[in-house]
Amino acid sequence: MKSSDTTLAHTKGGSKVMQEQKAAETVGRTKGLSKKAKENLAGYLFISPWIIGFLGLTLGPLLFSLAASFTDYNITSKMNFIGLENYKRMFTMDDLFRTSLFNTIYYVIFSVPLTTAGAILLAVLLNQKIKGMKFFRTIYYLPAVLSGVAVYFLWMQLLSPSTGLVNTMLAWIGIDGPAWLFDPEWTKPALLLMKMWSVGGGMLLYLAIMQGVSAQMYEAADIEGASPWQKFYHITLPMISPIIFFDVITSTIGAFQIFQEAYVMTENGSGGPGNSLLFYNLHMWNNAFEVFDMGYASAMAWLLFIIVMILTTVNMKLGKRWVHYEGGDSK
Amino acid sequence: MNSTTAPKFYETKKFRENVRLTFVTLLLLAGSTLILMPLWWMISTSLKSPAEIAQYPPSFFPEKLNFSNYVEAWQTAPFTRWALNTLFLATVGTIGSVLVNSLVAYGFAKIRFKGRNALFVIVLSTMLIPGFVTMVPQYILFSKLGWVNTYLPLLVPAFLGSAFFIFLLRQFMMGIPNELVEAAVLDGAGHLQIWWHIMLPLTKPALITVAIFTFNGAWNDLLGPLLYINDESMYTLQIGLQTFKGTVQTQWHYLMAMSVSVLLPVILLFFFFQKYFIEGSNISSGTKG
Repeated sequence: MKSSDTTLAHTKGGSKVMQEQKAAETVGRTKGLSKKAKENLAGYLFISPWIIGFLGLTLGPLLFSLAASFTDYNITSKMNFIGLENYKRMFTMDDLFRTSLFNTIYYVIFSVPLTTAGAILLAVLLNQKIKGMKFFRTIYYLPAVLSGVAVYFLWMQLLSPSTGLVNTMLAWIGIDGPAWLFDPEWTKPALLLMKMWSVGGGMLLYLAIMQGVSAQMYEAADIEGASPWQKFYHITLPMISPIIFFDVITSTIGAFQIFQEAYVMTENGSGGPGNSLLFYNLHMWNNAFEVFDMGYASAMAWLLFIIVMILTTVNMKLGKRWVHYEGGDSK
Repeated sequence: MNSTTAPKFYETKKFRENVRLTFVTLLLLAGSTLILMPLWWMISTSLKSPAEIAQYPPSFFPEKLNFSNYVEAWQTAPFTRWALNTLFLATVGTIGSVLVNSLVAYGFAKIRFKGRNALFVIVLSTMLIPGFVTMVPQYILFSKLGWVNTYLPLLVPAFLGSAFFIFLLRQFMMGIPNELVEAAVLDGAGHLQIWWHIMLPLTKPALITVAIFTFNGAWNDLLGPLLYINDESMYTLQIGLQTFKGTVQTQWHYLMAMSVSVLLPVILLFFFFQKYFIEGSNISSGTKG
């Protein structure tokens, strides 16, 4: 089906193509473009949308916000240079900044290891020869594709202290559940619980690699009398270590950006009880779009950028020690 | 066959293996119940009466199926309008994303131009920049362009490529032999024709993956509309839902009815195109191509 499609397209385009090519050649000769130069030009034209996007929506904005971070810009005013004032304000005057940084780091520290370990555990369980495995994989992956406001509403209902599903189920095993989103101590664990529901998204990455590990390796280990744990530690873990590495880096960046959950599940971004859900980005959002203090928000954005860059670099440096790469790996 | 020295049946390897697999199956069954329970809870709450939702202990099955909850909730706010707006944005964005990302990916995969590798490293490294870092200056840019309260800030970026999809499609295209492209060049085809007539048909599975991910992303996007859209008539479902919460407060039967309505298309999409969802994750992990 596929191959006949292409040959068809091929012959159909053939004669017309020839004429165009001739035309192109004459144009090329008159302009004096060599074949190589033409190929270069074609390349740049093909990737030009990305170049425009990169310059206009990434690099340009990055540089602009760096400049703005040293000013008191508020979108209508002129930019007045105020030096490092914005950065000083973060650390000396803005108590909410410190709260937001603490809340975010708390969330990152718990969510990254929990989701990574959860995804690996799930992948191990789903990598067995069991009837109905396809069904199980579908079920566990499903929550990962559901997101947005509707899911946050659902969890607000599930976590409702008196009549929610979570506390109802906890009551079955004799646990008096906490007030979750209404108790400053429990708001962040509530978000972690919600996050764990969709842990199946990460699971797929691990499963794909595990399925590629040849059965012979495990059989050989069986003959030598290896325990399941030894097999996991000596065969599976090295195999999936590049994915763990990738997963830790991307989920750290993702966790630092937590915003929507907190925005929707508290009263329009108020930060929740005792500001326990005032995350870094929520605080930045309030500064930028509630009071239009763009200079300060830009400084916060750049600090976030620097923090994430440092963490990524540290992850990459540490990764060299424990990530196991196969001989002829990347293409 | 059976000698007296044969191990008892519960000592055999096969028996142990079966016990282990049974144990894993039970564990997975319990786990999937936990996973599905919230979804069941959403549906059952959406059909209950307010009085039944408030009662303790809560019931698992609604006493009476109040389908009217759906009708009433839907009529409380202009949801039809919002659904059409969302559908429009998601469709246009998806078309743009599929065409542009595959075009750019083709450039990186099959055209040899100066600086290609260096530029591709930049593409990859932009994936490591948190979106919130560029959000504030992007907002300033779009507001200076007079694009606030239009759909342009939500649509234009879709036509300028996304690093992740470029990476995904390039990986896929690398798996397609260069000979095909070279043969077409010898026949006198230009790159644009090769891309359209050869590459697009051959990369169909990956394109479907990109389309689904883009559509799903646009359907669930809250941040973009929240930042740029002020007119209620231009709202999308996500931002509409968010304001709906303010209107109906904690009338959970309405909130859950609308949540089911908004999630249902995504769930259907998932079940129909499950293969492509999974393929997307696998390509991105680099196992393919």
